Amino acid sequence: MPHGLSTEHEELRRTVETFAREEVAPVIGDYYERGAFPYDIVAKMGRMGLFGLPFPEEHGGMGGDYFALCLALEELARVDSSVAITLEAGVSLGAMPIYRFGSDEQKKTWLPRLCSGEALGAFGLTEPGGGSDAGATRTTARPVDGEWVINGTKSFITNSGTDITVLVTVTAVTGERDNGRPEISAILVPAGTPGFSVGQKYSKVGWNASDTNELVFDDCRVPQANLVGERGRGYAQFLRILDEGRIAIAALSVGLAQGCVDESLRYAAERETFGKHIGQYQAIQFKIADMEARAHTARLAYYDAASRMLAGEPFKKQAAIAKLAASNAAMDNSRDATQIFGGYGFMNEYPVGRFYRDAKILEIGEGTSEVQRMLIARELGLPT
Amino acid sequence: MGVQGGWPPAMNIVVLVKQVPDTATERKLSSDDKTLDRAASDGVINELDEYAIEEALLLREKHGGEVTVLTMGPDQATDSIRKALSMGADKAVHVNDEALHGSDALQTAYALSRALGRMEFDLVVLGSESTDARTGVVGAALAEYLELPQLTLAGKVDIEGRAIKVQRLTDYGYDVVEAQLPAVVSVVEKINEPRYPSFKLIMQAKKKPVEKLTIADAEIDAAKVGLANATTETVDFAPAPPRAAGTIVKDEGDGGTKVADFLAEKKFV
Ligand SMILES: Cc1cc2nc3c(=O)[nH]c(=O)nc-3n(C[C@H](O)[C@H](O)[C@H](O)COP(=O)(O)OP(=O)(O)OC[C@H]3O[C@@H](n4cnc5c(N)ncnc54)[C@H](O)[C@@H]3O)c2cc1C
Ligand SMILES: Cc1cc2nc3c(=O)[nH]c(=O)nc-3n(C[C@H](O)[C@H](O)[C@H](O)COP(=O)(O)OP(=O)(O)OC[C@H]3O[C@@H](n4cnc5c(N)ncnc54)[C@H](O)[C@@H]3O)c2cc1C
Repeated sequence: MPHGLSTEHEELRRTVETFAREEVAPVIGDYYERGAFPYDIVAKMGRMGLFGLPFPEEHGGMGGDYFALCLALEELARVDSSVAITLEAGVSLGAMPIYRFGSDEQKKTWLPRLCSGEALGAFGLTEPGGGSDAGATRTTARPVDGEWVINGTKSFITNSGTDITVLVTVTAVTGERDNGRPEISAILVPAGTPGFSVGQKYSKVGWNASDTNELVFDDCRVPQANLVGERGRGYAQFLRILDEGRIAIAALSVGLAQGCVDESLRYAAERETFGKHIGQYQAIQFKIADMEARAHTARLAYYDAASRMLAGEPFKKQAAIAKLAASNAAMDNSRDATQIFGGYGFMNEYPVGRFYRDAKILEIGEGTSEVQRMLIARELGLPT
Repeated sequence: MGVQGGWPPAMNIVVLVKQVPDTATERKLSSDDKTLDRAASDGVINELDEYAIEEALLLREKHGGEVTVLTMGPDQATDSIRKALSMGADKAVHVNDEALHGSDALQTAYALSRALGRMEFDLVVLGSESTDARTGVVGAALAEYLELPQLTLAGKVDIEGRAIKVQRLTDYGYDVVEAQLPAVVSVVEKINEPRYPSFKLIMQAKKKPVEKLTIADAEIDAAKVGLANATTETVDFAPAPPRAAGTIVKDEGDGGTKVADFLAEKKFV
């Protein structure tokens, strides 16, 4: 059994680790406080090629693999989740659907810009009426005179309203199947298309330096060629995208969980009470030991899911397990780290407070923990 | 030397890279021979050499040509070579021989000059000092051995044709110094912002040629290198004393006075 990362993966991991420590850590707190999108950090990430990691060079990518993306996400999230989710959504929700299912024309038009990080893409699935039950999409796209006419609203869409957002791929009902169920397709809508407006900016609990918006489509017309993949395959396609995305979110969660360990170790060696460093108390040591164990096991779970995916083996169950375990680890570790920091843990100027606020969404986004359990149960053959 | 036709002529640039112990970890001298215990800490590329590499890459982007990394060091120095290649250098030369162990700055410059003697180059770029030995003399000594102009402490480099112009940073501002290529340039941190390697280059790095030279290959005279023949000797060494705890002044209305008293006591004011 191979042990450890390949030289190239390890060098990438170390490069992103240094980048996060030197370029992100000193400035991100300020962006977070202001709820501002960190354009200059994203531009630097773009120049390093992070947005092109899993894509081939012919499309402007780095010729790496999905695991490379996961390693980058983990290292970024060790320092900050807002920049990590910007990368995750940009790659696995923005560019990946076009790479996997798009036409040659769509790939040529969009991928080089998305891979460079100079432009961001988004994926709009969730609606005000529901996210977990993605088949219940209400947004419609009617074919009229060689165009799609789109109507509906999408909620909580990451990367959809930045100055560099160039497109959003939305799922929409494009007709009715023979069995009377809705036919769902994916359609690419360029930013700035008349009838497509970016609605309110949310006031969020966490991920405050990332961009999340409501999107409104009001008789928005795009050419029929903007269909992504086959008509009626929108639902199936996005399931594949979400299966992969779960591994990425697991990696991001592991990063947050590890960041909690990093910060706690530092603080435990520094803070004194009753004449001793708090790291000398077993109560604190055991907390940190548990935190490290959670981060480590969750990492193994996502490494396993990623290696199955890259080997072309089924990975649905492993991805769901990884996401479930890792988001749990992130939640538990951020709670423990905040506790170790005492009153300072509740102050925004310390990263652990940010970790605490950023952890909760990991149990919700890209499939809630309940949805992961449903998937695992189904994979075990339990009745649906 | 090295002109490959076309205008402006393509530049062959050699960047000198030294692997040093990570400044973030504790560094130790080994008591056997008073040389650095390189096994005791992680090796990284000397920080200033990253600026040298970046400058070479920027010059290549502007003028065309090739960037070759040259390092003298033990087997572990391959880590620094890979990092330099990941940043975008085209190839590397690694001088590695047991006989070089313990060479001082002068001998290092001599050995590097021999290796350079086998190569075609228009420009040699290096850091102005290393973070471990910190003599800051390799650039100057190397230029002497090669009988080439040296432009040190460069904060900006401009090349036009065969003329090189450098802003040499000083305590009071900068001097502008000029020379004709080929030349040796040492750089300071202000010169640029080194890039982070991209994954594409990280993956390409392992396919780039790395030439390994022994002292025989580079025609380095064994009698002129190594600890036994060093021109300088480390007589004794001691670890730096641990830093004493600072004084914390608690402001109880008289904080300003206390700070002023402290500064006066230390003869700062
Ligand atoms: C910051 C942020 C960014 C986001 N980015 C995007 C994006 O880029 N693109 C996008 O499309 N979406 C995005 N989302 C939406 C996110 O994916 C959804 O919020 C999530 O999938 C849950 O959907 P919901 O909010 O509608 O909850 P619901 O589906 O209404 O679920 C409510 C609760 O019921 C539980 N539940 C639902 N069904 C069952 C069941 N059958 N059995 C047991 N329990 C059940 C859920 O687990 C949850 O606890 C984002 C959300 C946030 C907050
Ligand atoms: C106590 C002590 C112990 C030492 N032990 C060892 C040892 O065990 N093994 C060992 O190899 N060296 C050892 N050295 C370092 C070595 O002897 C030289 O001092 C060193 O190689 C050059 O001096 P410098 O680092 O001060 O160069 P500086 O002049 O400060 O460096 C300027 C630039 O020269 C270039 N450069 C310097 N050295 C090299 C190199 N080797 N290859 C390529 N480019 C280079 C770099 O671009 C660097 O930025 C030791 C030095 C001291 C003081």
